[in-house]
Amino acid sequence: MLPFLLRRIVIAIPTIILISIFVFLLQKLLPGDPLLVLAGEERDPEVLEFLREKYRLNDPIWRQYLAWIGNALQGDLGISLRTNQPVVELMVQKLPVTIQLAVMSMIFALLIGIPAGILSAVKKGTATDYVANVVALSGLSIPNFWLGIMLILLVSVKWQLLPASGYVPLSEDFWQSIKTMLMPAFVLGTALAATLMRHTRSSMLGVLSADYVRTARAKGLTERVVILKHALRNALTPIVTLTALLFGELVAGAVLTEQIFTIPGFGKLVVDAVFNRDYAVVQGIVLVTAVGFIVMNLFADAMYYVLNPRLRGQ
Amino acid sequence: MSHLKTAMISALLGATALTASPVVAKDLRIALQSDADVLDPDQSRTFVGRIVYTSLCDKLVDITPNLDIIPQLATEWTTSEDGTAITMQLREGVVFHDGTPFNAEAVAANIERSQTLDESRRKSELASITSTEVTGEYEIVLNLAGPDATLMAQLADRAGMMVSPTAAAEAGADFGLNPVCSGPFKFEERVAQDKIVLSKFDDYWNADEIHFDSVTFLPIPDTTVRLANLQSGDIDMIERLAATDLPQARAAENIVVDSAVSLGYQGITFNINNGEKGDNPWGNDKRLRQALSHAIDREALNQVVFDGAFAAGNQPFPSSSPWYNQSLPIEGADMEKAKALLAEAGYPDGISLEVQVPNSTEPLAVMQVVQAMAAEAGIDISLTSKEFATLLADQSAGDYTASQIGWSGRVDPDGNNHQFVTTDGGINDSKFSDPKVDELMNAARVASTTEERKALYDEAMVIMLDELPRLFLYHQTWIWAYNDALKGFTPYPDGMSVWKASPGKSDLAVPALPTGRRGVLNRGA
Repeated sequence: MLPFLLRRIVIAIPTIILISIFVFLLQKLLPGDPLLVLAGEERDPEVLEFLREKYRLNDPIWRQYLAWIGNALQGDLGISLRTNQPVVELMVQKLPVTIQLAVMSMIFALLIGIPAGILSAVKKGTATDYVANVVALSGLSIPNFWLGIMLILLVSVKWQLLPASGYVPLSEDFWQSIKTMLMPAFVLGTALAATLMRHTRSSMLGVLSADYVRTARAKGLTERVVILKHALRNALTPIVTLTALLFGELVAGAVLTEQIFTIPGFGKLVVDAVFNRDYAVVQGIVLVTAVGFIVMNLFADAMYYVLNPRLRGQ
Repeated sequence: MSHLKTAMISALLGATALTASPVVAKDLRIALQSDADVLDPDQSRTFVGRIVYTSLCDKLVDITPNLDIIPQLATEWTTSEDGTAITMQLREGVVFHDGTPFNAEAVAANIERSQTLDESRRKSELASITSTEVTGEYEIVLNLAGPDATLMAQLADRAGMMVSPTAAAEAGADFGLNPVCSGPFKFEERVAQDKIVLSKFDDYWNADEIHFDSVTFLPIPDTTVRLANLQSGDIDMIERLAATDLPQARAAENIVVDSAVSLGYQGITFNINNGEKGDNPWGNDKRLRQALSHAIDREALNQVVFDGAFAAGNQPFPSSSPWYNQSLPIEGADMEKAKALLAEAGYPDGISLEVQVPNSTEPLAVMQVVQAMAAEAGIDISLTSKEFATLLADQSAGDYTASQIGWSGRVDPDGNNHQFVTTDGGINDSKFSDPKVDELMNAARVASTTEERKALYDEAMVIMLDELPRLFLYHQTWIWAYNDALKGFTPYPDGMSVWKASPGKSDLAVPALPTGRRGVLNRGA
């Protein structure tokens, strides 16, 4: 397993370098001068020039890149042009928020998506299958921002059961934190559950028609054992990849949901940073997120290993 | 929630109640439309930043809802005969949040910082001050290059905010990470895009008037969600309620809605002479701009887009302002006149116009209505929607014909005019130039009486509305909504608003909730 993982890690390095260059260039292609946003209403030319120097915007772009990547390798991603806060500090503030939201959403997604997928595969063509499909499709089709606002109006304004929006750190008040995050996690979870359900269903259908499942049934095993032990385990491989990628996406930020529920996570940070031309913040987050994605992929590869013994021989 | 409400009511009435106020944390939670930028009065640019400062940083002087200048940290001031020196008496017994005493030395240090810090955005606002003289522990003289009628209004805003000289010297440009001022609340913590927490400053010079233990500012960008939070009781007050949400807010129990017409404006800025693109029919012939102006029914625009909640406008000040030129009132649409002007300019069959618009809902809706109105007169408007930073860059570089843009407004009329229409004006993106306007605007800066200044602006207004480098459309209304357990809120037209403990009491219970946009840059910021 180790050489397999090592190989993957080596492949990941050039990917990360390419991403960092790409992000850097993409930023500079954005129209609009960050300093006009920064300089203040009166746009004093003297201040503009000072800031240009301070943030090295007069340097050739390759030198800007090298300076940035050099600092980044030492763990310094620069400071936010807008608030003067160090980018690393901003991310450290946001990461627990985003991870909590991602984990809670994933729990919703897995708890709904996988059982629903299994059920609808096993009961293929029955009313149960159709109902599950309709529910899944609705989950995919209902926009998060709409579902979010409806939930706020119903659960928070009308019934006053949960806080309407915001964020409380886990360390500050555990239950309040969970309660505040429940609605956004549910909104995100239902959308993901739909994807997971569809994939679980098709993967299960493929496996259920395989020879070894018929053999297992012929051996007289109970349907429960056949489905959960023999079929599901094989059907799960693509689901694990999908889950890992979806989780990566969640960490990268659920922009709309974060906006609606005012959750100070990665997505909101990066979107605001793009609008404010806060270069350092955008670059830092995209770089860290890209590394995160690659790590999740590595994790998924490792999980294959655990789930699929055939790979171990290779 | 009921606990909190009770606590707040007793807190607000605390000054007159005989019983000790209950030991409950009284946190005032205010939802802002966006997150503030750096919390350094010398570097800050966003409007929401100012909302936070009103609780955090005291200024030399303050304003009343009628825009009169009143004492805050300066208790009285006199201007010399020739207008080149202002002597200020300062409040005694004031300390900054870090214990540094406030005195004339501190004021001198603050003015020096605003003028010399490389990152300072206040340089132009204080440009008329040539030097300061500390003439006593609590007396300071500001020497001016010449008379400056606008200076006191600047000192009622960020340029007049006093920061601790000790903390400022130590932190330099990083002051904003941990701001130390002398306001009623001191800085506790900030989590970007989540919250800014301030706590009561026990040594505040007017501490008896503070009725909350803490103030928390939470940026909640979505207006529906802001209102929902207010309704559910998670938030005590919200700023900039959308005009379209007004009926819902008014119908809700326990919610009070308050509003004030802003000092700013929204309109269309034309490229008159800014680069190559300035050489176009719209920039070259004022009759076209006049035709467009006559084609627009401003009152209808306000009704259609804002349910009538805003104020129609044709000048840089709303018609309720003392500076408004009453002899040039808002006229309804006059298609005949518009068509006649087009024909006179040589376009009897109509003409096209490209207008760049910020890509958010309100400006787009406004311009679509204007588009429809102009079409009736034969003006074919095409809208180019741009993200705000791009729009601003293009406008500044002269890469535009017309631009839908606004200004959040200034207390002094100079701030809404001088820099936009004088030949060397810093944000004269039209590159409009008229010697008479320059003369009038410069004279209004140094004129000593309000009557004199008003006459000068009135005269300039006649030229500006004839030339129309800026075509004014409407004035935003700042709309606040808050829990009815809160009492004593006064909306200010400049955006400042003050909570009073009870009628007749001196101000500053929970100071100031400025709202509205303080500059064009704040849209979307």
